[in-house]
Amino acid sequence: MIKMALNDDILLKIDKPARYIGNEVNSVIKDPEKVDIRFAFCFPEVYEIGMSHLGLQILYDMFNRRDDVWCERVFSPWVDLDKIMREEHIPLFALESQDPVKKFDFLGFTLQFEMCYTNILQVLDLSGIPLHSSDRTLDDPFVIGGGPCAYNPEPLADFFDMFYIGEGEVVYDELFDAYKKWKDSGKDRTAFLEMAAEIEGIYVPSFYRADYNPDGTIAAFTPVNAHAKEKIRRQALADMSTTTYPLKPIVPFIKVTQDRAVLEIQRGCIRGCRFCQAGMVYRPTRPRDINMLKETARAMLRNTGHEEITLSSLSSSDYNELEEIVNFLIDEFHGQGVNISLPSLRIDAFSLDVMSKIQDIRKSSLTFAPEAGTQRMRNVINKGLTEEEILEGAGQAFEGGWNKVKLYFMLGLPTETEEDMEGIAVLSDKVARRYYEIPKEQRNGKCQITASSSFFVPKPFSPLQWAQMCPADEYVRRAGIVQEAMRNQLNRKSLRYNWHTAELTVLEGVFARGDRKMGTVLEEAYRLGCIYDSWNEHFRYDLWMQAFENTGIDPDFYNLRKREADEIFPWDFIDCGVTKSFLRKEWERAMNGEVTPNCRRQCSGCGAASYGGGVCYEGKN
Amino acid sequence: MKARIKFRKNGVMKFIGHLDIMRYFQKAIRRAQIPIAFTGGYSPHMIMSFANPLGVGLTSDGEYFDIELTEPIASKEAIRRLNEQMVEGMEVTGFVEIPDDKKSKGMTIVAGADYLSIVKKGVLPEGWQKHLEHFYAQDEIFILKITKKSEKEVNIRPIIYDLHPQGEGIYMRVAAGSVQNLKPEPVLEAFLEYMNMLGEETDGIEFAHHRLETLANTGSEEYPDFVPLSALGTEII
Repeated sequence: MIKMALNDDILLKIDKPARYIGNEVNSVIKDPEKVDIRFAFCFPEVYEIGMSHLGLQILYDMFNRRDDVWCERVFSPWVDLDKIMREEHIPLFALESQDPVKKFDFLGFTLQFEMCYTNILQVLDLSGIPLHSSDRTLDDPFVIGGGPCAYNPEPLADFFDMFYIGEGEVVYDELFDAYKKWKDSGKDRTAFLEMAAEIEGIYVPSFYRADYNPDGTIAAFTPVNAHAKEKIRRQALADMSTTTYPLKPIVPFIKVTQDRAVLEIQRGCIRGCRFCQAGMVYRPTRPRDINMLKETARAMLRNTGHEEITLSSLSSSDYNELEEIVNFLIDEFHGQGVNISLPSLRIDAFSLDVMSKIQDIRKSSLTFAPEAGTQRMRNVINKGLTEEEILEGAGQAFEGGWNKVKLYFMLGLPTETEEDMEGIAVLSDKVARRYYEIPKEQRNGKCQITASSSFFVPKPFSPLQWAQMCPADEYVRRAGIVQEAMRNQLNRKSLRYNWHTAELTVLEGVFARGDRKMGTVLEEAYRLGCIYDSWNEHFRYDLWMQAFENTGIDPDFYNLRKREADEIFPWDFIDCGVTKSFLRKEWERAMNGEVTPNCRRQCSGCGAASYGGGVCYEGKN
Repeated sequence: MKARIKFRKNGVMKFIGHLDIMRYFQKAIRRAQIPIAFTGGYSPHMIMSFANPLGVGLTSDGEYFDIELTEPIASKEAIRRLNEQMVEGMEVTGFVEIPDDKKSKGMTIVAGADYLSIVKKGVLPEGWQKHLEHFYAQDEIFILKITKKSEKEVNIRPIIYDLHPQGEGIYMRVAAGSVQNLKPEPVLEAFLEYMNMLGEETDGIEFAHHRLETLANTGSEEYPDFVPLSALGTEII
């Protein structure tokens, strides 16, 4: 029988003990004596969030296919258990073996959003691993980070031994082989870091030095170890069609956020929205082979018993064989009581037809993401969704019986005016008006239009990375303008508006574009008690502001300052395929309100073709 | 055609609550390709009903649920296929056809359950067996039942059908189901309190409870005849 790291008393006292016991269907158990490398894969959030992440399932499966590697999972203990573990000095453990994380060879963090950074320190701390990479010894695992936030790893530089820049499928095997060689050699930690630094895509932060100008911006960023490369090239697969995919994903006992089989149909996005980091750093768009997808869907459902399957990609409507895959799923599985849940598709005749087959129209809602309230603003961000398209799609849907619409917007975009803000209300009202054009006896009661706005956070490697943010109170003021405008609309009773908290946005901004100096603030905030920052009930803005004050670091420097064309960004040492000159050109086009066509209509020469595959070569061979 | 599935829940699976065990079996039944029937509508669900829920922290050898089959499947084959899909701590031990009559089907027939409780913390005082005999011989055993609205004294003696030492542990048969339901904890709490009043040291004693069987009553209320739920069905060949 499996020996638990936590005793029965603790497990019966805490909320959802199933978060900590492992033993799920398709989780992998190996004999620790028979493997060379033990890898603890951590999503630094609560179990239900972490287990919903596709990347975890992909890498877990890929690592465990190797006989010499045992990959296990680690999540942040929820606050109730966190307290008990500190009081009783229980070290953090991996779910499968229940062994302490400190015993592992690697502790890998997937970095999905900035507001989980304090949880990284929580995991290190509870594991008994020194927070600073410089304090670690041969008794500690190597701490490695990857995922979207690794595209600016600098705020985390103090705490990580290395970062993996790019898609996990590419060089992990090489890293593991190097590790085995190093382990046999009996050399010190630095020796392995030097071997790792030689591998494409691996960034060892301690091998670089940042020098600053008097104004606080970066003067130079230089390697200080002979093994460290000038530039770290993001790793990406040239061809996605037949790469490894988990056919037996882990099936949690408790309901998790994404409680279904997930089929990744393509990676990358052709659209080029200028606020979007993913749209740039996952270029080029690479589809998976449709036959591989069909086989994968069958195998996943057979091996998990999930009652629902969904498609995953940045923009599913751009997958060339979307109709075929969706029809396949419906024909093959819908009769067996398997729900098909569709990601947000472009609303058109096809998607409405599909939705009417698989959902209860009266209960489901349509989703549009215009992102901005006016066409001018949408041109600035290169969001190619026009008002006509929204009204046309909504109109078709209303005539088909739908009456609920969700609209997603951003506030605080560069060049935004009051007209753009009010435009959110005006557009929402136009959608409602379209509904009431339908004769009363033919429509389904009142319509319900829900507009939500988040505040824009400029992200590294997006064309808007040069943008200035607003102070928290300015965000609140802008949301107020939208709310006021909503009240002045004809169909105000059918409109609803909600917005995200401004304080969280400020912090997200600081970490998104922060530099190495942010490490001290992060550590101070953690010492003051910050943890689970993305959870409203745990987010302590006051403690964060105190942390900035205690460390003498000014958040406004990161958010409110104007960045010049020639400024060296902390993430400039990463070559993600898309060039800085292309991003700058896109920034300038944004300022002029000029639209750039998508990758399929016309190549804009962003640089991603250097990966030798995907949409860049479609129809060319 | 209706089938009744019997299973065991042990080890770490005791931390998985009732609703999650239902979800677990829904997925296991799909993986095992048991020909189960679905309801209609936009989100069809399996026709499945579980017997008396087992509390988190308890283990069991006698858990049940009923399903509706679209076609027959041999008991042995169904058990084999389901067990291929079980995780450590879960085991399917029975799969029988149950007649489509009110006396056999549905989970409203649950009337009792057998438990074995073992001391997991502390030590029972010397001679506890005698105390247990006297405790059970009482005409009335009152416990304080606390609900959101009120606190009241309830006599649980009529719904304890048996109580005696079994090896190092304590065996009991108590009422279970939708009409009357008694868990082992309050019974043993009352017993500890009883011994305490006799001057015995009982502080800090805790039990681990294990359900041995879930029962239907084929007799009358006055003269009950308890049988395991699986005894109402027949093997599918």
